[in-house]
Amino acid sequence: MDTIADMGGMQGFGSVALTDPFDPPFHHEWERRAFALALLSMRVSGTNLDSFRHALARQHPRDYLADGYYGRWLKCAENLLTDSAIIAPGAVEARARKLAGEQVEEPATPEPNKPDYKPAAAGSIRPVEDPPRFVVGDRVVVKNISPTGHTRLARYVRGRSGTVAALRPAQVLPDTNAHFLGENPQHVYTVAFDSHELWGPEGESFTLNFDAYESYLEEAS
Amino acid sequence: MTTDTTRVPVELRTEALESILVERNLVDPKVMDTYIKMYEQDIGPMNGAKVVAKAWSDPEYKARLLEDGTASIAELGFKGPQGEHIVVKENTPDTHNVIVCTLCSCYPWPVLGLPPSWYKDPAYRSRMVREPRTLLSEMGLDVAGDVDIQVWDSSSEVRYLVLPQRPSGTEGMTEEELAGLVTRDAMVGVAEVAAPGEG
Repeated sequence: MDTIADMGGMQGFGSVALTDPFDPPFHHEWERRAFALALLSMRVSGTNLDSFRHALARQHPRDYLADGYYGRWLKCAENLLTDSAIIAPGAVEARARKLAGEQVEEPATPEPNKPDYKPAAAGSIRPVEDPPRFVVGDRVVVKNISPTGHTRLARYVRGRSGTVAALRPAQVLPDTNAHFLGENPQHVYTVAFDSHELWGPEGESFTLNFDAYESYLEEAS
Repeated sequence: MTTDTTRVPVELRTEALESILVERNLVDPKVMDTYIKMYEQDIGPMNGAKVVAKAWSDPEYKARLLEDGTASIAELGFKGPQGEHIVVKENTPDTHNVIVCTLCSCYPWPVLGLPPSWYKDPAYRSRMVREPRTLLSEMGLDVAGDVDIQVWDSSSEVRYLVLPQRPSGTEGMTEEELAGLVTRDAMVGVAEVAAPGEG
């Protein structure tokens, strides 16, 4: 999905609001609670880190931007828990209104429907038997595709050519794992792009390094 | 799925979700407290600062750190979630490294803790991969025109940490004193480590 979360290169967000180097991780009590609830919601809903990131990204852009970082984490937790039928749609809003003193009928608790999913091992790194398709120094081009589900293939590198700068440990493919369609571990490469390949001749000169799963890449012709 | 969440304040929605999950024994508030305390008190940039100070003090450690970040960082006891594979990039007089996650907020938790707000904000995520020199300058770091800028977008499970340049005037300092100079921002690559007395 091409979502609001895929922000690389977007314009119009203005300047970065700086904080001091000793700024604490949380600024409000609800942020502490939302952080912990979101982490725990993965276990409670029987999902994984990739489905978590997908649940973050597929929010309505208005929700994604409304309450800052932990606001979107909270919405992500609601998404995961609703998808696994741990809570009913609308349950959080109904409870919130009740807590605020309104007379609200809360929806019935549904029958849980967790995904049929079990990780092959802890974490995301997996052994892959097949040798890597690319070696450091190879010229590669990123596939110009727009997957309908979760992906880590950012829009700003699609169709662009770069050079393999490093081979990283093979990892579970987020595109399938987020949807419980298998781990499909793949080799992962850091691909170095000339900034002008990404943004044209007028922009700044620098090197952009992007980690790409093997199935995102093709040999450059 | 409802999209209009602005009608109910986020504080109240957070309290609501916690009360639903706790009353059904799906979440233990004590476990929540443990997670929160861990990332408020135990895991933060003071960990990464120890790694950097050791690399500045011990050339063999530094060589190992650049070769295998994960194992060398684990030697100091730092590992865990969001640190499965950590790559350390060294800043030099010729090269400046800076880290971003355009797709979410990937960040090396075991060495830096949870990311600061600006790291997760749209402005940083959108601009660092497009105009790093301009953005760094706005953030207070002017990178000389002849210095190569390398931007690292954390798009897989690899996590990046910047090894900043050791400032001058620190020759006789102990590792502990050096660690006190190293800031979170320098380990992300949006600042340099200031010499003692200049911070």
